Amino acid sequence: MKVTFPHMGNAHIPIKTLLKGLQLEVIPPPPISKRTMELGVKYSPEFACLPLKVNMGNFIEAIEAGADTIVMAGGWGPCRFGYYAQVERDILENLNYDFRMVILEAPDSRLSELLKQVKSLGENVSLWEAWKAIRFAWYKLNAVETLEKQFEYYLPRAIDKDEIERIFDEGLENIDRTDRREEVNDYTNMCLKKMHEQPCHNQPILRIGLVGEIYTILEPATNYDVARYMGRLNAEVTRSIYMSEWVNDHLLGGWIKKSRHAEIINCASPYLNYWVGGHGRETVGYTVDFARKQYDGVVQIGPLTCMPEIVAQSVLEKVSKREKIPCMTMYFDEHSGQTGIYTRLEAFIDMLQRKSYLQSSVSQEKPIIAGI
Amino acid sequence: MKQVGIPHGLFYYYYYPLWKTFFTDLGANVISSSTSNRLTLDQGIKLAVDETCLPIKIYFGHVQELCQQHLDYIFIPRLVSVEPKSYICPKFMGIPDMIRAAFDNLPLLIDITIDVSKSDRSLKRDIMRVGSLFTKDNSRIKQAYTHACQENRFCHLLAREGYTLAEAISLWEGQQVQNPASGDLNIGVLGHGYSLYDSYISLNLIERLRKMGCNVFLPESLDTGCIEQQAATVPKRVFWTLGRKMVGSALYMDKRPDIDGIIYLACFGCGPDSLIGEIIDNKVKNKSFMMLTIDEHSGEGGLVTRLEAFCDMLRRRRMRGEGNLPAYG
Repeated sequence: MKVTFPHMGNAHIPIKTLLKGLQLEVIPPPPISKRTMELGVKYSPEFACLPLKVNMGNFIEAIEAGADTIVMAGGWGPCRFGYYAQVERDILENLNYDFRMVILEAPDSRLSELLKQVKSLGENVSLWEAWKAIRFAWYKLNAVETLEKQFEYYLPRAIDKDEIERIFDEGLENIDRTDRREEVNDYTNMCLKKMHEQPCHNQPILRIGLVGEIYTILEPATNYDVARYMGRLNAEVTRSIYMSEWVNDHLLGGWIKKSRHAEIINCASPYLNYWVGGHGRETVGYTVDFARKQYDGVVQIGPLTCMPEIVAQSVLEKVSKREKIPCMTMYFDEHSGQTGIYTRLEAFIDMLQRKSYLQSSVSQEKPIIAGI
Repeated sequence: MKQVGIPHGLFYYYYYPLWKTFFTDLGANVISSSTSNRLTLDQGIKLAVDETCLPIKIYFGHVQELCQQHLDYIFIPRLVSVEPKSYICPKFMGIPDMIRAAFDNLPLLIDITIDVSKSDRSLKRDIMRVGSLFTKDNSRIKQAYTHACQENRFCHLLAREGYTLAEAISLWEGQQVQNPASGDLNIGVLGHGYSLYDSYISLNLIERLRKMGCNVFLPESLDTGCIEQQAATVPKRVFWTLGRKMVGSALYMDKRPDIDGIIYLACFGCGPDSLIGEIIDNKVKNKSFMMLTIDEHSGEGGLVTRLEAFCDMLRRRRMRGEGNLPAYG
């Protein structure tokens, strides 16, 4: 059995570790490329949202690389994601691929059910080994996120942005490769140290919140890597979703880490008073939270026609006015022109920089000189 | 007398008799907005976010129309789920909040949450709370609700006879509706009620088909038991109420020998339909299937051409079946 799974940002590192720990042969899909997108778009329903199309591309490329079993998550709505696996299986079967699909249902369930499902995947391992695999995957996930958070901090501050990116990518690669806990620690620390040693500039740094749909936020290939691009424009980006928090809140019922989930949900009221599926309510809640933390702006991203994000976007204008935080919404589909997106981001960031410059000059009671 | 406004959009077609009877029985005067028209759409487009689907935009237009009248309340329910373990659509779950964010001049909103996915206990409590806006008499509220449900059932019985829900509502209100003339083609027409029965959104699809000599079969005219039975044949239960109804109806029509073809009307940007359309397209093997996607674009020509072509094709196929046409013709 050669197992594969869909990509979602750096989630492939812990997922691979987990499946390997279950003594399965893992064939991760090749990194998302232009070809992945083309394959996905070609065989998916026209109006399906982007993640489904990327999934399709991943699966086809992974099957071509020799995988014969696909592990995919399910769900019970109202977001479309819950029905993804069914549609994807039908399409792949119609394309005459030979494969088996294992669907991990009910992501809102408790840990015991997840354990059972994970255990059923690894038939040859004991419960103890399965538990060990989960623990090690969780450990790697946290290491990856430590790096991601530090990277988000250092990228806007560093003078040599290319070097920071290189260090970060190298760190991830090292963590991905190792099979030992101590080495994960060593590599993480080494990478952090290198990032810390990079020279920094002292220009003002904008703080921007990135909110929206989970897949678009976590997978840079679906959002033209807007987070890095904003980082390169000296804006520190804080995401609303980190993989470990999602796992903690939705799969583990919040018992591993202290969770801010309830607090964020409270923030969404009175703007959005009901759960709307996906991450709609979290988007609104985090926007309010970022505003109250004095962030300079919020960027909402999601796949085109994403239902929960449209609801969130509809109330975001009011949030923006009341909480006094500039918001911008961007939807992504298979359209591949980056320039338009980067121009919009640049304009947004220019506007924020100017605003914060004017505000700081006013507070220091300096005359505002026209033309600067 | 208190004035309650009900927008003429979304689940209006499924539940208007229920809502109207309930409020009227409690002594309120119910005002519904006019049927969708150019103005409704224009106002809706201005107020709603670009990415929302056409029925939501139209709904915003209806709310705007009601805002210009002197109303005490406007009834905008939050429809989460109307049957166990199923949802309608995330946009329906957020509509009162979307409306609140977009309008400044709203009358008081009755935004009752209808969620029977787990139990109907909270729904009963909410009905009493809504009723208490009009009367203190609890038994009167209960009576009004029972009566309202009866009226709604009556309306759906009319729909079983072959009337569209829009026609059924007109009949229920005491207006005359012409009996559709019978034609030579039997076509199953599927789609969410709020786009199919709103003749402005659907560009008058059903009327057009009837004029082209088609007998139109709608999901509401089919036996619900058969629909559910067919819907249960897909590997995973479809968790959207309307989606499941469409899958079930399509599969049922696929097996019925008297149906010639199936048309599915979807709105651009509809989340559930993007997958449901694919599933139906995949599973309907015996019948011709056409998917129509519409948005606020108002050119009818393209639609008419496609409908004509579809009907012509079905007629030709039938003639060929009867051997009246040379094989190469």
